[in-house]
Amino acid sequence: MANRTGALEQPAAARARAASLWGDAWRRLIRNRLAVVGGVIVVFLFFLLFFGPLVAPYPYQEQHLVELVENGNRPIGPFQGQFLFGTDDLGRDVLSRLLDGAQISMTVALVVQAVVLLIGLPIGAAAAWYGGRVDSFLMRFTDVMYAFPDLLFIILLSVTFRDTPIGGALDGVLMVFIAIGIVSWVGMARLVRGQLLSLKETEFVEAARAIGVSDFRIITRHLLPNALGPMIVAVTLGIPGAILAEATLAYLGIGAQPPRASWGKMVADGQQYLRGDPHLVIFPAIIIALALLSFTFLGDGLRDALDPKLKGKQ
Amino acid sequence: MTVSDDRGQAGSPTVTELPDAVTIETEEGRLLAERLADDTRHARRLLEVRNLSTHFFTRDGVVHAVDDVSFDLDYGETLGLVGESGCGKTVTALSITRLIASPPGQIVNGEIVFDGIDILKLSNEEMRLLRGRKIGFIFQDPMTSLNPTLPIGFQIAESARLHLGLSRKASDDRAADLLGKVGIPRAKERMGDYPHQFSGGMRQRVMIAIALACDPMLLLADEPTTALDVTIQAQILELIRSLSEEFRTAVILITHDLGIAAGMCNRINVMYAGRIVETGKVDDIFEQPKMPYAWGLLDSLPRLDEVKGARLRTIEGLPPDLINPGAECRFSPRCKYVHDRCRVEEPDLSPREGEGHLARCFGTEPGGWIK
Repeated sequence: MANRTGALEQPAAARARAASLWGDAWRRLIRNRLAVVGGVIVVFLFFLLFFGPLVAPYPYQEQHLVELVENGNRPIGPFQGQFLFGTDDLGRDVLSRLLDGAQISMTVALVVQAVVLLIGLPIGAAAAWYGGRVDSFLMRFTDVMYAFPDLLFIILLSVTFRDTPIGGALDGVLMVFIAIGIVSWVGMARLVRGQLLSLKETEFVEAARAIGVSDFRIITRHLLPNALGPMIVAVTLGIPGAILAEATLAYLGIGAQPPRASWGKMVADGQQYLRGDPHLVIFPAIIIALALLSFTFLGDGLRDALDPKLKGKQ
Repeated sequence: MTVSDDRGQAGSPTVTELPDAVTIETEEGRLLAERLADDTRHARRLLEVRNLSTHFFTRDGVVHAVDDVSFDLDYGETLGLVGESGCGKTVTALSITRLIASPPGQIVNGEIVFDGIDILKLSNEEMRLLRGRKIGFIFQDPMTSLNPTLPIGFQIAESARLHLGLSRKASDDRAADLLGKVGIPRAKERMGDYPHQFSGGMRQRVMIAIALACDPMLLLADEPTTALDVTIQAQILELIRSLSEEFRTAVILITHDLGIAAGMCNRINVMYAGRIVETGKVDDIFEQPKMPYAWGLLDSLPRLDEVKGARLRTIEGLPPDLINPGAECRFSPRCKYVHDRCRVEEPDLSPREGEGHLARCFGTEPGGWIK
C-alpha cells in the first residue's frame, strides 16, 4: 500500500523513510506468497481490462466460417492451427472472446465495488456518527434491503431500466453492474458502521473535537483512515462475489447481449457442446476460477497485513 | 483580511479566518468573531464560571457530576483542580469546552463566561471557533489521544490550518517550530513520523504542541502526567509551566496529585462530590487548609521524613453516590469531626483567613468546633 501513504499527506522528506503503518502492512503483504501471486494475476486482469482487445489475436465477434466449414461445421478444438483455444460453434476465436470477457468481468469488479462504497459508506458512517434514531432508521432500512431476494431485484432493475439511456450503456451491462452493487452494499454499510462506532469513542476523536475539527472532517480525516484496512479487505473480497454474480446472470441470459462475450455467458453457451467440445466450457471456467482465487488470496493477504494485532508477529 | 508575515512563527498569531466557513448565528457568536479578529480587546477576567451544574441522565437516575460550581480564572494564572477520582474535575473541564457527551450529559445550569463571551449561548458551530483556537486541551492518555493513521506533523498543523487559515507550508513550518519548542529533537525530520514511533512522554509533548498550536489563552490539562512515569512527569510539567509562561497562557491543571498542584499552581480548587469544598491561594491551602477533606488529602501524601515501612494513610470510606445527593454536607459520612448539624444541612463556601480563601465546613467557621 505504498501509494496509500502518499494519500495521508506526509511531507516529502519523511515519505522516503516509509516507516508508516502502511509501510509495515506493505512489507507483511509482500512476504505472503499466495497474496503476491494473487496480486500479480489481479494486476494482469486489470491490464486486460484496458488492453485486452489490443492483444487479442482476432476481433471477438469475427466468425471464421471458412475454417469452420473445413472442420465439418463443428467447433475447432484447442491447441491446433491458428486458434490457440479453438473456436466456438459459430467459428469465433475463444481466446479473443475470453479477453473481451475480461473487460466485462473487471468492469464488474470496479463498478460494483464503487456502487457498494458509494451507498454503503455514507449510510454506515451516518448511522454510526449520529446514532439514536438516525442509526435505527438507517439500519432497519439496511435490514430490509438485506432481506430482499437479490436475484429478483437485479432482474427487476435490469428490466425496468432496459429502455433508458443508462440501461443501454455498455451494451446493457452497466445497469446489471449497478443492480448488483445496489444489492451488495449492505455488508459494507454494516462494516463501516461497526468500525466507526468503536472508533468514535476513542480519545483521539475527542482530541480532534477539542481543537475544533468539524464533524465531517472528523469522519473523513480521522475515522475513515482508521477503518480503511477492513474496508479494503471487504472490497477485495467482494469482487469475486460480484464476478460470480455477473457470471450467474449471464448464464441466465441477463446482461451482456450477443455478440459480446462474458465469461459466464461463454460457459452458458458452451454447455450444450460439453460432450463433444468441452474446451468451450473449460477455458472460461478456468479463468473465472483463477480470477476468483486471485482476488480471494489477495484479500486474505491484505486482511492479515492490515490487521494491527498481527503487528510484529510475522 | 490581511495576512501577516510572521505566521510561520509560533508567536502570537493575529489573523483569524473562520474554520470551514462557520456561519455566525447568535449575538454571542458575533461578539466572539469580533474578539477573534481583534486580539487586543479583552474582558476583565479570562474565565468566570458561575453556578455550573452538569448532570448525566442515566438509566439509574440523574448523576449530579458537577453541582453548582463557581470560580474565576485570571489571565496567565494557573489553577489546580484537585480531588479524588469521580469528584467532577474532568467534567468541569469538559463543560468549559462543551465537550460533554450528550446524551447522557448536559449542562443544566450556570454561566461560563470566557473572555467576556458566554459560551453556553454559542451555537455548536460557533463553539468550534473557540476550541483549539483560544482553549487548548491536553488529555490524560497520550497513547490513545493521537490518531494512529496520521503523521504527527499533520495533527499539529491541523489546528493551525483550521483556525488561522494558514497554508499547508506555513502550518507545517509552525508545527515544526512547536515540535522543537516542546523538546522533540530533529523536529523537522520527525514531522512525518506516526504516533507509534514515539514514546509515551514524547507523545504527550506532541499533545502539548497540538494544544498550543494556535497560542490559546487557556490550557486545560486533564491529568497530563497520570499515564507517564515519574521522571517524565517532571519534564512534562516543567514544559507546561515554561510554555504557559512564555505564551502567557492560563492553565487549569486537573490532578489528584497534590504535590504536582503545589509545584505548579497559583490557586487551588479542592473538589469533592461535584462541589468545590475549598478554594484559595496555593500557600493557604497547604499551610492552613480549612476543610477536613483537604486535610485528608494532604495527610495521605507519602512524606520524606516518615518512618520507613509506615502505612500510607487514607481517607476512610468512599465518595458518595452522586445520584440525588441529600441536603447534608457531602463529606459528613467520612468526616472524623462530624457534628449533627453537618448531617442535616450543607455549609456554604465561606471566607477564611487569606485572600480568596473559602471553605465549605461548619467546623472551621468562626466559632466552629474544630481548632
